[in-house]
Amino acid sequence: MSVNQISVFLENKSGRLAAVTRILAENNVNIRALSIADTSDFGILRLIVDKPDVAFEVLKEEGFSVSLTEVIGVEMPDRPGGLAGVLDVLEKNNFNIEYLYAFIGRGDNGALVIFRVERLDEAVKCLEENGIKVVTGDRLYQL
Amino acid sequence: MYWNQKFECLPREELKQLQLERLKMTVERAFHNVPHYRRTMQEVGIEPDDIQSLEDLRKLPFTTKDDLRDNYPYGMFAAPLSEIVRIHSSSGTTGKPTVVGYTRNDINVWAELMARALVSGGATRKDIIQNAYGYGLFTGGLGVHYGAERLGASVIPISGGNTKRQVLIMKDCGSTVLTCTPSYSLYIAEVMNEMGIDPEKDIKLKCGIFGAEPWSDNMRQEIEKKLGINAIDIYGLSEVIGPGVAVECLEKNGLHVAEDHFIVEVIDPQTGEPLPEGEMGELVFTSLTKEGLPVIRYRTRDIASITTEPCPCGRTNARMSRVSGRTDDMLIIRGVNVFPSQIESVLLEIGYTEPHYLLIVDRENNLDTLTVLVEVSSKLFADEVRKLEHLGKKIQGAIETALGISVRVKLVEPKTIERSEGKAKRVIDKRKY
Repeated sequence: MSVNQISVFLENKSGRLAAVTRILAENNVNIRALSIADTSDFGILRLIVDKPDVAFEVLKEEGFSVSLTEVIGVEMPDRPGGLAGVLDVLEKNNFNIEYLYAFIGRGDNGALVIFRVERLDEAVKCLEENGIKVVTGDRLYQL
Repeated sequence: MYWNQKFECLPREELKQLQLERLKMTVERAFHNVPHYRRTMQEVGIEPDDIQSLEDLRKLPFTTKDDLRDNYPYGMFAAPLSEIVRIHSSSGTTGKPTVVGYTRNDINVWAELMARALVSGGATRKDIIQNAYGYGLFTGGLGVHYGAERLGASVIPISGGNTKRQVLIMKDCGSTVLTCTPSYSLYIAEVMNEMGIDPEKDIKLKCGIFGAEPWSDNMRQEIEKKLGINAIDIYGLSEVIGPGVAVECLEKNGLHVAEDHFIVEVIDPQTGEPLPEGEMGELVFTSLTKEGLPVIRYRTRDIASITTEPCPCGRTNARMSRVSGRTDDMLIIRGVNVFPSQIESVLLEIGYTEPHYLLIVDRENNLDTLTVLVEVSSKLFADEVRKLEHLGKKIQGAIETALGISVRVKLVEPKTIERSEGKAKRVIDKRKY
């Protein structure tokens, strides 16, 4: 059910993000969603791509510190209150969110948001029980 | 001005005679009281009676810091503990620190040497000496203190740190002599400036006797300008006795070695062969009067040269140049000895199997700073900021505990620290001496 996200360690200096995107381009990997968490010294680039395994291998070969992290893709109505409804469910059921970011494209039936939550499998089950659609990795990579 | 004119200005022939007599006694003492010296001398087939001239010194094996460490804590003492009245310790490196012991007579000699050093730098019994060297196991604080009391000056045993208080005491008590590390004196000058205190009007300092870290003539000029004083270089190391082994006179052209108490040699650090006067090499000291911890041909790893050219000040002792570097990779940061290998062991303990790191030493606002760059390997990389920040703090805490000084840790990408064939470059020292 979960989605494989690529996480890359980046120093805060010019050209690092460009280096990652160039490597992905050269290997014909398409970026579907991304976010950067940054601190004064370093950043963590998080990517959803169409070919996570390829992206992981090529970045690793190029010497980046990279890891695969399981996240979930959640589809929600693209209108005011869409995200709030999902967050309500997670909060009521005591799931802490480590981070989230929006997907670039649209899902079949609305907006898509990537979540990193604790107890991932339980969170998926909980969302589905509450009528919220969780998108599979295979589907997400191809959107 | 001399403290002990007879011995500071002894004609060199008489000095050599005195050195030979004392060398024989020292070798005798070491051979009979310290198993390490007996063993190393026997290994090269030397007995105390073989020392018949100063040149025979070259037959004796060297002593290294590792020898002291291997015999930690008391194995190198030549006097029973009942005769030892003081114990100091040098900053610990990767393994054990080294411990040095003094008999009552050693403390006397040390006080005499420090009194000589203070007078050589321009101090008199009328002075008020603000001693900002750290008191404790480090030899700087108590070494200067005993010398100042021997001289009969008034000592303010303020120790290091609390710079605003240093400035207030300096102003209110009218300190005339400052003793500390050269970089700390510049920091004091800066804090003085921030506090709106004018060194010319509000401060009575006339000279400073600075040591425990390498510095340059440029730095001397800066200190002299900012504090309006005469800045004098002093040299020493705890294994030999502590501060007072050598000190500049007012000529400020080399540090006079107290040759009635130590023989100084300069050797080629690779071959161990003695080098002629004027050539740079590793300083090697042999103590001549020490009872607690005699050292025979102790390799300091400090690089300098020696001259016996007469000095206009009238002292006949040989002069060593400023220490220009080290034969090993030891750094002195805020007066604390730091070896890159200490950081390596910390990283290994934390779980780095192949640590790649780089030390960047700099000087900001006249205080040494140490930044450690550590590569984040895939193994240590976590997807969450908080985990990475925790990793950084953990490394920082562990290094600070190991070194005893504050550091900044910066996590960097893999393969960004330069790899080199053979010995890795672990240090970038940006300080300008």
